[in-house]
Amino acid sequence: MRTEPAMTANGRRHAGTFVPAPGRAGLGRMIAAQTAMEARLTLRHGESLVLTMVIPILLLVGISQTTVVRLPGGDRVGFLAPGILALAVMSSAFTGQAISTGFERSYGVLKRLGASALSRRDLLIAKTLAVLAVITLQVVVISAVAVALGWRPSPAGLPAALGFLLLGTAAFSGLGLLMAGTLRAEATLAAANLIYLLLLAGGGVMYALPSGVAGVFEILPITALVDGLRDVLAHGGAGPLRCWVVLAVWAVTSITAAARWFRWE
Amino acid sequence: MESPAVEVIDLVQRYGRTTAVDGVTFTLPRGQVLALLGPNGAGKTTTVEICEGYRRPDAGHVRVLGLDPVARHTGLMPRIGVMLQSGGVYPGARAGEALALVASFAANPLDTAMLTERLGLGPVARTPYRRLSGGEKQRLSLAMALVGRPELVFLDEPTAGMDPQARRATWELVEELRADGVSVLLTTHFLDEAEHLADHVVIIDSGRVVAAGTTAELTAAGEDEQLRFTAPPHLPLEELLTALPEGLSAAEPRPGEYVVGGLMTPEVLAGVTAWCATHGALVDDLRIGRRTLEDVFLDLTGRELRP
Repeated sequence: MRTEPAMTANGRRHAGTFVPAPGRAGLGRMIAAQTAMEARLTLRHGESLVLTMVIPILLLVGISQTTVVRLPGGDRVGFLAPGILALAVMSSAFTGQAISTGFERSYGVLKRLGASALSRRDLLIAKTLAVLAVITLQVVVISAVAVALGWRPSPAGLPAALGFLLLGTAAFSGLGLLMAGTLRAEATLAAANLIYLLLLAGGGVMYALPSGVAGVFEILPITALVDGLRDVLAHGGAGPLRCWVVLAVWAVTSITAAARWFRWE
Repeated sequence: MESPAVEVIDLVQRYGRTTAVDGVTFTLPRGQVLALLGPNGAGKTTTVEICEGYRRPDAGHVRVLGLDPVARHTGLMPRIGVMLQSGGVYPGARAGEALALVASFAANPLDTAMLTERLGLGPVARTPYRRLSGGEKQRLSLAMALVGRPELVFLDEPTAGMDPQARRATWELVEELRADGVSVLLTTHFLDEAEHLADHVVIIDSGRVVAAGTTAELTAAGEDEQLRFTAPPHLPLEELLTALPEGLSAAEPRPGEYVVGGLMTPEVLAGVTAWCATHGALVDDLRIGRRTLEDVFLDLTGRELRP
């Protein structure tokens, strides 16, 4: 407990305010503070909120409540909701994280944190926790909207769905950090948005991929995540092995590459 | 014996084919203030960032609080405070949030409200960093360097972009840090700042130390007083020396700028003006006094320090 330094007659404080008392706070406290900061900045930033919340919900409501897009089977919400959840993971873990981290790098935020008691490992843990917190919020809101629209996912598929969401987060985070840590911030901004749109359009999020090209797209992380979630949330079970393998390969490769090539300045 | 706050010996750092730092040596004893003084591009920031552990130098020996700043980075960081020359804060973070975040990394942080008030940041505590003025950003950066109650702070151009009032407040703060036993390594290209604050001044130019010592040592430099003036270049100095009393020196460190050193008397002044009159030279900007750091820098490098 510190006491307020006394004021002298001329308004200056007594000496002693800055007497050194260095020390590192507890690891839990540091990571919690950094995680809260990262999550708060994401949620406060209007553009990222559009990306993480507004677009997925508009797509979910718009496509499920109209017949503009032809979907397989009769259960439009049941087909769409897993795709929208996968889109939410991609938007936060990949697009949002790549853009914000890229600009943090160019603004010297990462450099400044490099001269603080928070280690780089702790910073990456905090970033991961912040992304998971935002994705949890997205999943809760999107699922609630989907259920309100009549979605009835298979309860037996929920554990595997959770696994797919976590593995997908890892794969997309690795890709986002790899991009942010190697390209200039402006290039990251352009590329992350472009890739988001390409994967949104071509990954089978909003409609079934034509059977002729499906095999080519199955190696994409978004397609693996969408197919995996769609399968387990409709039928329960552990889901297709192919989806687990594709996501795991993306996660391991991208995180290894990011650890190898990420530049902090 | 306690190791110095900072010890740098024969430091060399190259970037491609340019040598940014070329054999710099200095020591900052504990609890004192050392200023690295030099023009932009002299190698000040490179030197400081090596001390902060950002890069391993190409050659030389660096110890900060007795530790290798790269190998012992993790252990060292909580003990030092760093103020970068620019940036370093999330653009969307409010000033108060940014300070609170860094405070949360420290075991015994300063009272952030006190620090905010001391640095005049109270009115902008809820303003996002990107909307702060240049001087406000500097003051926030300074607060972030101090909040963890470090033993040693690195301040890279702490008063750049500050108005005179904020600059004066920052000087008072540095004096208070020193009084409380905090070691301070600062860089500046303001001579008055180095003269006012520093126990030790290290003048750097083009990556080399051109002079080092206490302010008194540097400005005394052998001669009691000096007479400085400007006049047309290349006037015959030998002629002047014969006209002046014994024991005086005369030099033209830069074309058209003259320095006469030694004991100043009315005869010296009369002799100089008579000599100028003989050559039809109009004397300009004449002054007599002790050398300033500005004079030292000019004499050593032949260039003005002002960026």
